[in-house]
Amino acid sequence: MNRIKEFRKGIYHGMPIGLGYLSVSFGFGIMAVKSGLTTLVAALISASNLTSAGQAAGIGIIAAGGTLIEMALVQLTINLRYSLMALSLSQKLDSSFSTRHRLIAAFGITDEIFAVSSGRREKLTPWYMYGMILIAFAGWVSGTVLGASAGELLPASISSALSIMLYGMFIAIIVPPSRKEKGVLAVVAASAVLSVAFRYLIPAVSSGFAVIICSIAASAAGALLFPKEEADDE
Amino acid sequence: MRLFLMIAVMAVVTYLIRMIPFTFFSKKIKSKFFKSFLYYMPYAVLSAMTMPAIFYSTGDMTTAVVGTVVAVVLAYFNAPLIVVAIAAAVSAYIAGLF
Repeated sequence: MNRIKEFRKGIYHGMPIGLGYLSVSFGFGIMAVKSGLTTLVAALISASNLTSAGQAAGIGIIAAGGTLIEMALVQLTINLRYSLMALSLSQKLDSSFSTRHRLIAAFGITDEIFAVSSGRREKLTPWYMYGMILIAFAGWVSGTVLGASAGELLPASISSALSIMLYGMFIAIIVPPSRKEKGVLAVVAASAVLSVAFRYLIPAVSSGFAVIICSIAASAAGALLFPKEEADDE
Repeated sequence: MRLFLMIAVMAVVTYLIRMIPFTFFSKKIKSKFFKSFLYYMPYAVLSAMTMPAIFYSTGDMTTAVVGTVVAVVLAYFNAPLIVVAIAAAVSAYIAGLF
């Protein structure tokens, strides 16, 4: 009874996330097919990872024939933020959140699920999180399948225009906070400049490693020069 | 086979990053530097992934630049994610018609 209520509430709160994911993963599906993967493989990646930037970098490494170590390190760096989110969420779990439930629900910690969950006043129950994760997962995987099939069917002129979508979303994530916070602006600018420098001046460094080096350097510099007064991870 | 190994590594690493702190830690991070570092990380990652890759995303530098400019302008005025993403694609497509 209580479980069902919590589960339903999770689904309800997760609906905007699911719809958003549907469109974003559409862009990922197109990108995956363009870099030579099949629809099924793209869906497998989305279903097993449930993360946007990590997956986009991952297919880049696969397409470039990168190594397993490079893949592991790139995922570690790009997705490291989830550790902080997981840590933050772990502080507000209901007592019904047993280890087994934690092991399952951890799979679904994404930026958006973190944002909604941490905004909730009540303690988090496993079934609330399952409801939210389920609808987000459904949107993410079905969007990938739709995008990948569209990428296979649509004429090249359209699918190549669509492959800019995921980057468009990245821009939509980084620009507004850059406008508000000097620290974010500095980090974003430094990371972009470093990344461009790697690409043209040191092309021997693969794009995956370049992302790692640029983002660690830029965020470390940002943390030193613009420390967050009270990091808002609550 | 190698492809599936790559996907497995990707999925396992991503899962462990989420699972370990969620399951085993209960203490709060105190270090101001580390907190700030983790706060800035996603922005730095997305920025490095976007630049300069976005200019090669459509296979034509001109259409990609048009799409990028449209995305930055809309994002600057706080347009929703999906609007920015679609507008970038539509403007890149239109630019490709000329």
